[in-house]
Amino acid sequence: MSRAAMLVAAVVAALAVAPLALPEFYVTILNYIGLYSIVALGLVLLTGVGGLTSFGQAAFVGLGAYTTAYLTTAYAWSPWLTLVVGLLLTAALALFLGFIMLRLSGHYLPLGTIAWGISIYYLFGNLEWLGGQTGLTGIPPITVFGHALDTGREYFYLIWLLVLAALASIQNLLDSRPGRAIRSLRGGGLMAEAFGVNTANMKIVIFLYAALLACVSGWLYAHLLRFVNPTPFSLTFGIEYLFMVVVGGAGYVWGAVVGAAVLTMLREWLSDVLPKLVGQAGEFEIIVLGILLVLLLQRARGGVMGFLARFFPVTARAKAPADAAALPLREKPKTGDVLLQVKAATKQFGGLTAVNKIGFSLEAGEILGLIGPNGAGKSTTFNLVTGVLPLTQGEIVFRGTRIDGLPSREIVKRGVARTFQHVHLRPQMTVLENVAIGAHLRGQKGVLPALLRMERAEEGRLLFEAKKQLERVGLAEHLYEPAGSLALGQQRILEIARALAADPVLLLLDEPAAGLRYKEKQQLADLLRRLKGEGVSVLLVEHDMDFVMNLVDRVVVMVFGEKIAEGLPREVQADPAVVEAYLGGVE
Amino acid sequence: MNFDIALLLAQDGLTNGAIYALLALALVLVFAVTRIIFVPQGEFVAYGALTLASLQLGRMPGTAYLLLIAGAAVALVDVVVALRERRPGRIAATLGWNVALPVALFFLARWAAPQQPPLWAQVALSLALVVPLGPMLYRLAFQPLANASVLVLLIVSVAVHFLMVGLGLLFFGAEGSRTPAFSDARFEAGAMTVSGQSLFVIGASLALIVALYLFFERTIYGKALRATAVNRLGARLVGISTTLAGKLTFTLAALIGAASGILVAPITTIYYDSGFLIGLKGFVGAIIGGLVSYPLAALGALIVGLLESFSSFWASAFKEVIVFTLIIPVLLWRSLHTHHVEEEEDE
Amino acid sequence: MTTASVAGALDIRDLSVSYGKVEALHKATVRVAPGSIVTVIGPNGAGKSTMLNAIMGLLPAAGAIRYEGEEIGGLETESRVARGLVLVPEKRELFADMTVADNLVLGAFPRYRRRERDIDADLQAVYTRFPRLLERRAQLAGTLSGGERQMLALGRALMAKPRVLMLDEPSLGLAPLIVREIFRIISDLRKTGVAILLVEQNARAALQVADYGYVLETGEMALEGPAAELAVNPRVVETYLGLARRQG
Repeated sequence: MSRAAMLVAAVVAALAVAPLALPEFYVTILNYIGLYSIVALGLVLLTGVGGLTSFGQAAFVGLGAYTTAYLTTAYAWSPWLTLVVGLLLTAALALFLGFIMLRLSGHYLPLGTIAWGISIYYLFGNLEWLGGQTGLTGIPPITVFGHALDTGREYFYLIWLLVLAALASIQNLLDSRPGRAIRSLRGGGLMAEAFGVNTANMKIVIFLYAALLACVSGWLYAHLLRFVNPTPFSLTFGIEYLFMVVVGGAGYVWGAVVGAAVLTMLREWLSDVLPKLVGQAGEFEIIVLGILLVLLLQRARGGVMGFLARFFPVTARAKAPADAAALPLREKPKTGDVLLQVKAATKQFGGLTAVNKIGFSLEAGEILGLIGPNGAGKSTTFNLVTGVLPLTQGEIVFRGTRIDGLPSREIVKRGVARTFQHVHLRPQMTVLENVAIGAHLRGQKGVLPALLRMERAEEGRLLFEAKKQLERVGLAEHLYEPAGSLALGQQRILEIARALAADPVLLLLDEPAAGLRYKEKQQLADLLRRLKGEGVSVLLVEHDMDFVMNLVDRVVVMVFGEKIAEGLPREVQADPAVVEAYLGGVE
Repeated sequence: MNFDIALLLAQDGLTNGAIYALLALALVLVFAVTRIIFVPQGEFVAYGALTLASLQLGRMPGTAYLLLIAGAAVALVDVVVALRERRPGRIAATLGWNVALPVALFFLARWAAPQQPPLWAQVALSLALVVPLGPMLYRLAFQPLANASVLVLLIVSVAVHFLMVGLGLLFFGAEGSRTPAFSDARFEAGAMTVSGQSLFVIGASLALIVALYLFFERTIYGKALRATAVNRLGARLVGISTTLAGKLTFTLAALIGAASGILVAPITTIYYDSGFLIGLKGFVGAIIGGLVSYPLAALGALIVGLLESFSSFWASAFKEVIVFTLIIPVLLWRSLHTHHVEEEEDE
Repeated sequence: MTTASVAGALDIRDLSVSYGKVEALHKATVRVAPGSIVTVIGPNGAGKSTMLNAIMGLLPAAGAIRYEGEEIGGLETESRVARGLVLVPEKRELFADMTVADNLVLGAFPRYRRRERDIDADLQAVYTRFPRLLERRAQLAGTLSGGERQMLALGRALMAKPRVLMLDEPSLGLAPLIVREIFRIISDLRKTGVAILLVEQNARAALQVADYGYVLETGEMALEGPAAELAVNPRVVETYLGLARRQG
């Protein structure tokens, strides 16, 4: 048992005896901490992991609370039934808002959440059938097997059971196939899309889950206090939920609980001390909280957990099994079949023609080099083939079907996997997990089985495949190290392993040798030669002639967006136009 | 509703809309130059209004004390940094701006406040007390985070909003204030009565917008801010420092905020926490302009003002709901019309 | 102790830059004598731009950067520009939404802050050197062609009255005719007394205008010498074309 696991066990044991040992006042505080933790857990997933910021979670809490308050008081429905209704309403609202806002760039979501947070708050306060500013009273307690939970001590167990369940579900989710996709959102989505992740859907999923958790917290709140009014669902509380996550440590699941605890106790203490200090009543604790948060973001972004993590190192959760059934393989073309045809591809940016009527084709089992000096349009061509940029004119055909106009996640489905010139890795994730992202399309299990940990068999196969590819490229001894700790040469090779994990028909490499030292280049060249021997087809975009010439079967040379030469390496090297393009000249 | 009421509502809406437009312009400016979504913009509105209100009652405004404290904090940070980087030459300048100037303003306010000077002098003193808080705020909260992501800056922005509301309560107290109108004149124009107050607000807003336009088009500092907004790296490479641009932008934002507060103070009762909603309405306008276009932001803010005014007639209780729900169709329209490129974020 | 008389315009000693664990530049040493043109050539990813960005203070670096005899490693980028150390970056970094004239005027921003008086005369001098910019002074910089953009970038840099001008790949993406024009201008600038540090992939052109050259390979200086000698050095040709087999 690791130190971190022992700590968790100690916390759970302490929670089990807390209501028996503590005075009423502290049980109440712990109940509030639990309620806040559930909301904050959703925000850890949304903000800390997914990089999406919401100030509007309090509105979802309010939706859960008001739904049950209204239905149990006006129609005497069972709280368990109103929970389901609340979740459905929340899901509908979250999907609607998510659909609108998540398509927009980063900062519109938080701004939108501020606006709807205010809207919903005023709505609660102004609808007469919801009791206006006074709210609704006489909410019945929750009954379990005929027993009413009407004391704080009993209710404590319900709250904390749900906190621990939410916590476990998020940890399960993060440690799974969809979890890896969610953890890849932060890098900008380019890499995740390139391996078949629908990043827009993933964003909506985490937004939805965070909203549902907030709704559950609201439901619990209504039946704990037995009355509701609009105040606890105002924007101020929405902002405080986010503060909890930042204080606790946005990237850590336990940070939600720690942040909720720290902020609740700090607030309690400050609201006691400050009015005496300044000699008047009022919410002066927001001054201290504001300063605290600014300092925290300036000095220690990891929050409390970032600090604690130094003493309780967390070991990698995802481990590859010793053996697992192999994943099914794609049907491969015969050597010599035409794989890729680029036909008169043209790309214009405004008035500038970056790529002008480029045409070439690639056969199965071949390594084709696309070379040229800086600014020749190589990378643009690469982006056209991988679907990152749309073509202005021309066609790109892969195995007989046109792929131009398709998004990159569709292109990878057809068996085209790529690497990146500027490595796109998740530096905090392990080498194994990074490579497993490559196998995303070879699994099917989604978020629900992942939350419940019912996808272990498939997960084992995916991780086993990732391990196999890492062994294939020679990184077997680094499986459980964070990817960011590897040297650049190893990171490039990791990217190749990740592409191989997609079981590609064609491998696209974007300047894999750039910035590598001589030894690293040799290792890379050895690997590519070995892959060629195994029948992998490769399109290699490269600047470094030395690297390309000994490796490829054929070369296409680009200058100023146009093809100036094509042929065997030896021929091309002797071509005066190529020499001129590379060495340059004034005359 | 008859035509007269509609005209009256339109006049109200345009008056408020003009103030929202000023705030929307400031928000677009701050975002363009510093990438900060300036949530505390509204607090400068409240500070401006409440400072003027204190002076009109012949009281010492709370801002004078706040300025002393904020200035001392900036000076402390600057001196520590100067000593650490072994550049003692900078100490004199920071002490001058952040200690000597606030102290001078403090004594000026203490001398002037009980004498109840003419309105223009009160306005000038209010601006002088509030505006320096802008660059001080930039120095303390945002300068150390110049390279942070938009989202981190936004969270800091919200934290600063909390902080400034709390300080507002501490230094101005919980009671609201409303200042007398700048003009009691009324003009008959056909069927409608135009209040001098409305004309004054709209006129002052227009004058401020023209002044800002001239500043950005004609002066080297205005051009430098535009350059920073267009290309931050390019700006640094011609010697425009991010810090200078940030402080200048925050000075302008504080000026616009305080001026808006002074304009709005006779129209509605302002409390220490009233600024937030006013500022957010400027935001809704700015978002209509996509946070980039100045004319669209101003136009959006006028629409917000009109919508607010008409909905207060039809459904007074749901005024805020309607105004803030407007953002949803706007965002929907934006999301269908923009092909967005994701900002790369690092941890 | 180096005195001003023997100090170069720019002396870089043992400059190293790392991105995380990856060292992009390893102990580079470069000296630019006053009024001379020095070039650093090398293939993609060799660390050339990294070196210039580190000299400007845009990247944290280890090692010594002396400008006119004075260590400037602790100064902000803006202060280095104000002292006359100016970079024309690889991507030009123009103010695309502003006019050509505004771009040029902003080049002299630190001089406006110092209230210098001869700025207008310098603007006229830039227009004389680049008549195309005069024609297009009211146009937005974003609408210029590639060659015009490079001229504007050069003109904007000259407005700062640089004493050391650093050029990052001035020929990048330009047609041969324009490249020739740009190199003629660079060669011409020598007469104004400004020292130039030129980073190029276009090795032949760079070595023709330069007095002295360095070859940078995977973050390390592989060769140096008078430009005329480097131009005929077979190792340079080899580096660029990979024509010969190299020994490990």
